[in-house]
Amino acid sequence: MNFDFSDEQKLLQKTARDFLQEHSPLAVCRRVLESDDELYAEDLWSGAAEMGWQGAAIPEEFGGAGFGYLELVLIAEEMGRALAPIPFGSSVYLATEAILAAGGDEQKKRCLPELASGRWIGALALAERPGRPDPARIETRLEGGRLTGTKRAVPDAAAANRAVVLAAAPEGPALALVDLDGEGVSREVLASLDPSRPGATLRFDAAPAEPLGPAGGGWEILERVLRRAAVLQAFEQLGGAARALEITRDFTLGRYAFGRPIASFQALKHRLADVYVAVELARSNCFYGAWALEQEAPELGEAACSARVSATDAFELATTEMIQMHGGVGYTWEYDCHLFYRRAKWLAASLGGAADWRDRLVGELTAGGGA
Amino acid sequence: MDFNDTSEEAAFRAEARAFLEAHVAPLEPGQRASFETEDPQTVEAAQHWQALKKDNGWACLTWPVEYGGRGARPIESVIWNQEEARFRVPPNIFGIGIGMLGPTLMAHGTPEQRERYLQKMARGDEIWCQLFSEPGAGSDLAGLQTSAVRDGGDWRINGQKIWTSGAHFCRWGMIVTRTDPTAEKHDGLTYFIVDMKAPGVEIRPIRQINGGANFNQVFFSDVRVPDANRVDAVGNGWRVSMTTLLNERASVGGAGGGGLGVRDLIRLAGQLEIDGRPALEDSHVRQRIADFYVRLRGVQHTGNRTLTALSRGQTPGPEASISKLVTAPLAQQLASFAIELQSLAGGEMAASGFQDGYLGSPGMRIAAGTDEILRNILAERVLGLPREPRMDKGIPFKDIPTGTA
Ligand SMILES: Cc1cc2nc3c(=O)[nH]c(=O)nc-3n(C[C@H](O)[C@H](O)[C@H](O)COP(=O)(O)OP(=O)(O)OC[C@H]3O[C@@H](n4cnc5c(N)ncnc54)[C@H](O)[C@@H]3O)c2cc1C
Repeated sequence: MNFDFSDEQKLLQKTARDFLQEHSPLAVCRRVLESDDELYAEDLWSGAAEMGWQGAAIPEEFGGAGFGYLELVLIAEEMGRALAPIPFGSSVYLATEAILAAGGDEQKKRCLPELASGRWIGALALAERPGRPDPARIETRLEGGRLTGTKRAVPDAAAANRAVVLAAAPEGPALALVDLDGEGVSREVLASLDPSRPGATLRFDAAPAEPLGPAGGGWEILERVLRRAAVLQAFEQLGGAARALEITRDFTLGRYAFGRPIASFQALKHRLADVYVAVELARSNCFYGAWALEQEAPELGEAACSARVSATDAFELATTEMIQMHGGVGYTWEYDCHLFYRRAKWLAASLGGAADWRDRLVGELTAGGGA
Repeated sequence: MDFNDTSEEAAFRAEARAFLEAHVAPLEPGQRASFETEDPQTVEAAQHWQALKKDNGWACLTWPVEYGGRGARPIESVIWNQEEARFRVPPNIFGIGIGMLGPTLMAHGTPEQRERYLQKMARGDEIWCQLFSEPGAGSDLAGLQTSAVRDGGDWRINGQKIWTSGAHFCRWGMIVTRTDPTAEKHDGLTYFIVDMKAPGVEIRPIRQINGGANFNQVFFSDVRVPDANRVDAVGNGWRVSMTTLLNERASVGGAGGGGLGVRDLIRLAGQLEIDGRPALEDSHVRQRIADFYVRLRGVQHTGNRTLTALSRGQTPGPEASISKLVTAPLAQQLASFAIELQSLAGGEMAASGFQDGYLGSPGMRIAAGTDEILRNILAERVLGLPREPRMDKGIPFKDIPTGTA
């Protein structure tokens, strides 16, 4: 039994933590969140690219660092801890994964080095209306290499310059890669629940688009990409939850009421213990997800759902308790609690909420007829 | 990262499996070792199996060889448990002795005591019980009042213990007593080995909410205990008890909860209907199933992290202590939900195994540290939050309010 990361992987994680402590203190997240025109922290984005992080899981032949997924998940955890205000998840877990999963050799050679270097920032455009996307109700059309339609609330699309778009082709659902700075594309930046990760509505009017993967096979590829992204993002949620717990713990130890630290009140002690338990259960489920991702194991479906659900729940619990246990200051703009609170719900929404993933999980558990 | 045994571990597993295959029948798929009551036949069968294991070197794996163990590493003991769980074997009624009291004697007992008791404990020839809780002292164990008074070369014990699991079939007990009521609460305690067949020991079964009677009240009226049966120094009972409780957490932490699990719930939901459709297609049902599943998997994988530490010869981190706090309430919620799904038939005991689970699970949330005490422990020892304020420090035990006249 070796259900843990190796010493080298832990060292890489420590390097990531140190780097982000220096280059992505919470003030950086706040700076982007408060700015009207800074859509993401560009300096941090290029710093991360110099560390090789955007290309962590991209093979070296395509310009990546070729580390692997057990390394990428740990970088993701640190991104989550730091609330890094960069479109890392959309570009790395989603767009890059889509090209790795569906791109032809020529596409990979052309696109992946751009993504690895950070010159391309990718996003994944799925939703056209509120609610879970449905392969039978895709209105955006892909025909003759042109894309037409509207994608709403695309995560990180304010910062992105490329998008992988789910569209309906004559043969069925398809994925297409689009240059967001090219002709026929307009975008409207939206007020985001987490303004450190602004999204946008994307309108395509016969925009040039290159198909990604076989026409008609877009939905299956998408499912595969989402599962993989679920594990990666779960680590980001885990990192955020663990940090929120630490900050809350420290605050309750320093704040006095009735002549004693509020951390000595059992109502708070027990709830902090519950947050700790939720974080550890999420961590364990995330480890398993990482294993399944790295191994391309048949268990990946179940493992990804479990990691996603428990990490989403843990981050939400940790951040709602964070505000509550801070009292009045927790509700102020000035304190950092809302940064975590916003990020928790934004990450949950960006891949579909925990309820969706619970439902998927039961599907995975009962697939093949027998329970 | 992998789930494989090291080559040493694999060899150990193969050896364990070969022994089991030679002596007991494997469980059929879907079959579980039945949760028999502790009637005399079951106790006898359990003793027989324990003796066979001991005589072949498969009992008390982590104990030193000189005391009847195998000197195995903790990971090997886990591997043995995994393998044994795949076979139809009698219930393990030796856990309190072998898991908690034996290690306590190793740490605090005299050479004579270890010599006299450990081998027989290991073989199951003599079964042991834990006489800690009292009507006025459970979570607050140090509030105990059972007294031990010197009488020549012996001690005389008077008082009452309660919730003593297995007392009715045990040969020996480990008892914590108060030897100095004028000392502070934690200072006046002394720990003894007591003969459960001695004159003045009276054992009365207590009926549990599920109708069973696995625990007892034990009354002590002028029970004589030779000084040779004192464990560690007079007044040192609290420290000795802590050794026992640490070992309790180590052994209870590994338990998976027992009873019916989430796979059984999925099977049930596949058979029942809601509005003419399988319950398994109902979104509320799916949400609940997934929630149970995710938490149980989290505990299971946390167990794998613990095993990894053991396999590397490290001490498991604090995450090892969350198991019972998650699984005990979850077993209760799961049973409750399954009964709800059975609708009108849910009120019948025979409708499924979940009815038994519903009545059995509340005890798990209380035994071996209540949910609340476990949260205190996590908050204080893991998160470093302040200890509970106390009203019982700095005064003689006899002056502490007890709530009883
Ligand atoms: C099935 C079973 C088997 C058992 N077997 C044995 C055995 O073999 N030997 C033995 O010695 N004992 C045994 N026990 C006893 C068990 O250890 C005690 O029941 C347990 O420690 C709780 O003590 P209590 O019953 O006195 O409840 P109390 O301690 O009075 O607790 C009542 C309630 O108050 C809460 N509470 C108490 N203190 C605090 C606090 N500081 N903070 C917050 N909440 C608190 C508890 O969590 C609980 O909810 C067994 C119990 C059960 C249910």
